[in-house]
Amino acid sequence: MARKAVALISGGLDSLLATRLIQQQGIQVEGINFFTGFCVEGHTHAIRNRDQRRARRNNALWVAEQLGIRLHIIDIVDEYKQVVINPKHGYGANLNPCLDCKIFMVHKAHQWIIENGFDFIITGEVIGQRPKSQRRRYMPVISEESGADDLLLRPLCARNLPETRPERERWVEREGLKDFQGRSRKPQIALAREFGFEDYAQPAGGCCFLTDQTYSVKLRDLWDNRGRREYELDDIMLLKVGRHIRPSRKYKLIIAREEGENHFLSGYRHQFQTIRTVSHPGPLALVEGEPLDPAQLELACAITARFSKGRDAESVELRFSDREQSSRSVRVKPLRAEQISRDWVIA
Amino acid sequence: MSEAIELDARRLFCPLPVIRLQNCINKQPPGTRVRIVATDPGSMNDIPTWCRINGHEMLEAREQDREYIFLVRKHDDEA
Repeated sequence: MARKAVALISGGLDSLLATRLIQQQGIQVEGINFFTGFCVEGHTHAIRNRDQRRARRNNALWVAEQLGIRLHIIDIVDEYKQVVINPKHGYGANLNPCLDCKIFMVHKAHQWIIENGFDFIITGEVIGQRPKSQRRRYMPVISEESGADDLLLRPLCARNLPETRPERERWVEREGLKDFQGRSRKPQIALAREFGFEDYAQPAGGCCFLTDQTYSVKLRDLWDNRGRREYELDDIMLLKVGRHIRPSRKYKLIIAREEGENHFLSGYRHQFQTIRTVSHPGPLALVEGEPLDPAQLELACAITARFSKGRDAESVELRFSDREQSSRSVRVKPLRAEQISRDWVIA
Repeated sequence: MSEAIELDARRLFCPLPVIRLQNCINKQPPGTRVRIVATDPGSMNDIPTWCRINGHEMLEAREQDREYIFLVRKHDDEA
């Protein structure tokens, strides 16, 4: 009977190679890609003008097309919150819960193969490739805690690990699998060349914003100032965009850095108080927090004006709108650079 | 021929327009047509790719006033 596997497709090189190794053994493979909301590619490139030159492809879709497999993109934004907010195994260097994340994704894949009549799961994991989730001692933890147990096969390092069921049952030949380990990328690059893959994504810090220090500081600030560890999709999207400046615990400004971000933030104008420069070209700022009192409004406008073309002018006119779209004109002297406290700038 | 199902994916960034299309089309019978409107320029790449790898037919893909409009027909048989 022809066996079927599902591959966790991140869009990177390792899952591409792992899948091709298994396809070579005559296994029918389909891919799963999980959307957590923290994915680096796609969104941010689409928002910022300066990124418009980059290829705006979704790497997981691109990989699936190279492999000739179907790809199922699964929205796990809501379920994933428990992983980010309360990771059993803790965080990595930043707010990256890499081990819990891998366990969660393999668990979801295991549920998927049961529901869809597939036989086993493959991932692109390599022992020692990443400091948190791909240590040798964590490999059995992932298999066990995900519930996948020996139905989880890691083709790139399988020969360094105990036999899994697909190998024992000879669904795949162990000799056709690899024994990669460590942080070097040379074996993968050589295998890619052997397979004829020349164009592939190799994100330096992984493909998740939670591995990014600046992003993690902003997320922690959000939690600290709300007094609770929770988020919605819009929250984590907005952390990817603009300058984040918090002059007080009462409110935060999200100030666009360029035209693409202005356009993106304007989509949120009905959900936030907004400040827009009128007399000079300048940014749109969202005000997250309580309604501003007159002193707070003047300071928020003076900060926003600092990032406009009128930063050296005697005064700048801005327009403030509340959430009900009632607006009024405000004229302020822009702050000087040294008047913006470092303590206000988040990350 | 029945009317196409209309999906609004404006203001969503990829892969969300793809997910919205996928979740809709997976529940429909073969031959169903779905029209989706997106504002993320990346969808001009991603939606046709998703259709190709899943065997769905792209009947129309065009840009109009900074919006990206696709008309997709679900494949005839389960691959």
